[in-house]
Amino acid sequence: MIYEVFRQERKGQAFQHAGSIEAPDERFAEWYAREQYGRRGESVGLWVVARESVLQIDEFVDELNRNYHRVDGYPLKEKLKEARERAGTATKTGGQG
Amino acid sequence: MASPVLRRVSEHARAELLLAIADDELILGWRDSEWTGIAPFLEEDVAFSSIAQNEIGHARALYELAARDLGTTADELALDRQPEEYRCSELVELRLPEWERTIARHVLYEQADAERLERLKASDDTEVAGLAAKIDREEAYHRLHAEMWHERLKDEPRYVDALEELRPLVDRREGHTAELAPLWEEMTIVRRSQPAGTVW
Repeated sequence: MIYEVFRQERKGQAFQHAGSIEAPDERFAEWYAREQYGRRGESVGLWVVARESVLQIDEFVDELNRNYHRVDGYPLKEKLKEARERAGTATKTGGQG
Repeated sequence: MASPVLRRVSEHARAELLLAIADDELILGWRDSEWTGIAPFLEEDVAFSSIAQNEIGHARALYELAARDLGTTADELALDRQPEEYRCSELVELRLPEWERTIARHVLYEQADAERLERLKASDDTEVAGLAAKIDREEAYHRLHAEMWHERLKDEPRYVDALEELRPLVDRREGHTAELAPLWEEMTIVRRSQPAGTVW
């Protein structure tokens, strides 16, 4: 079974993915994780999670193409330029002030 | 001809005891390290390499202590004696390229070593007790590894046979198997390539 290992560099920091381990059960997974991700005192904490326990989401519905939900769907640079022209604060070159 | 060190050993009961354990750990460390690169899967390749490294570290610390008693150095004790002067048990000398036999030895050795370390931790000699406690904290992980493998293999006939085959060798120290001398040759070939007293 594959287990994913996440490590915490310092207390309070987010756990980050560090690698994966193949082990027959949790006891072996813990032993291997301590060995491969904790032998040199490089982490203050480890999360060891069976890959099958990870809820994976990689398909997202956007049938109506609601681009205004997305960060890239609202072109700020253009709208800022228009607003500055209306307010009379655009620079001569038309760039951002 | 016995090395000069050997004549002093019998005068120091503590050194005798420490050498037996140090030699066990050094030779077993060598045998365990033989799995590096050829273990049946990567996780155990790393595991045995790590265990081997720990064991040689334990040997070094034990040799350091014995060396002070004997007026010599840890390196001389580890590498400059003749094979017949080592105090290791027959169990650790064998090359065991079959996984079930290696695990059987690992299980038997860790059990015996645990009992030995408990006795040493209770010693009146504070240096020995202190070193035994330090070694024991690391050996706890070795014991756990051995226990986990025993659980996995305990119903495998080959493993059960291996336990019975190897059990009589656990504390047999009267002589040595034929395998120690060739192991010693390999282990000391670089050391012996330069004159005694060479600074490396």
